[in-house]
Amino acid sequence: MTDQRRATISMSLGVAGAVALYGISFGALSVAAGLDVWQTQVLSLFMFSGGSQFALIGLVAAGAPGPTAILAAGLLGVRNGLYSLRTAPIVGHGFWKRLVAGQWTIDESTAVALAQKTPELSRLGFWVTGAGIYIGWNSMTLLGALVGDAMGDVRAYGLDAAAAAAFLGLLWPRIQSLQPATIAVVAAVVAVITIPTLPVGIPVVIAAVVGVAMYVVQARGVR
Amino acid sequence: MSLWSVILLASAVVAATKFVGFVLPSSITESDVVQRVSDAVTVALLASLVVIQTAGAGNSIVVDARLVAVVVAGFLLWRRVPFIVVILAAAIVAAGIRFVGWLA
Repeated sequence: MTDQRRATISMSLGVAGAVALYGISFGALSVAAGLDVWQTQVLSLFMFSGGSQFALIGLVAAGAPGPTAILAAGLLGVRNGLYSLRTAPIVGHGFWKRLVAGQWTIDESTAVALAQKTPELSRLGFWVTGAGIYIGWNSMTLLGALVGDAMGDVRAYGLDAAAAAAFLGLLWPRIQSLQPATIAVVAAVVAVITIPTLPVGIPVVIAAVVGVAMYVVQARGVR
Repeated sequence: MSLWSVILLASAVVAATKFVGFVLPSSITESDVVQRVSDAVTVALLASLVVIQTAGAGNSIVVDARLVAVVVAGFLLWRRVPFIVVILAAAIVAAGIRFVGWLA
């Protein structure tokens, strides 16, 4: 094995390990939100996208209507569709291979793949990160769901705050320039105004509208 | 809607989206407008979820241990601390504050 391949694998496994650990808090929070262990595991196996999963259980826990929870999870998953444009040419051919590759196309596998210097290393990074996270995220989800069932009030362990920090951690790399940072601030202010005034679940739908509106405003501004 | 149907429908939607690049012609999905709108919506949704998860309690805004934890998380992210450490720190800060009994 070359040094480059070793470096790619080590990056992939490092990312996968970090994400897996955070699967414990997803599992525990999900059972606290009222899902059973099976329902929690179905999300990690089939939805397999952290932001969407946390959004869904957060809205279910808050008592939001089903359609708004589905909408929020779906909209947060849109970026995976854009990632798949980048990963589709990397993963190679074959129906089953592409089926698995599609399901494993998420923030981290795409980021690791695109950070590599050669197409061969990109492919390696994608598959090792994807496999590592899929296995790690699912086994830690199960552990978290089982432990969460036993541990009672997750607030005492600060897991609700961990979920908030996770959303902030996902947001952070996206707001390193002025335009997206402005969108984030406006969306946050709108959330503060709409949470007490509109039915539960609607503020997150309004946020999507704010995102589109801010895009339109900013696109006009630069012209 | 039953909880199971919410879970299965949302999973199907999110999973299907991941295959867009495998089936659609790239001219549509690679369009600059599509990418920018998607980025803007993702940022707005995440910002809104940060607020909901930090200060939301059903239909009201509540300031409690979560806010302190998220401020600490923001500081650590700014200091480029690894993601998993940030998450753990937020949990520990909130748990610690509640254990001591401040801010309920």
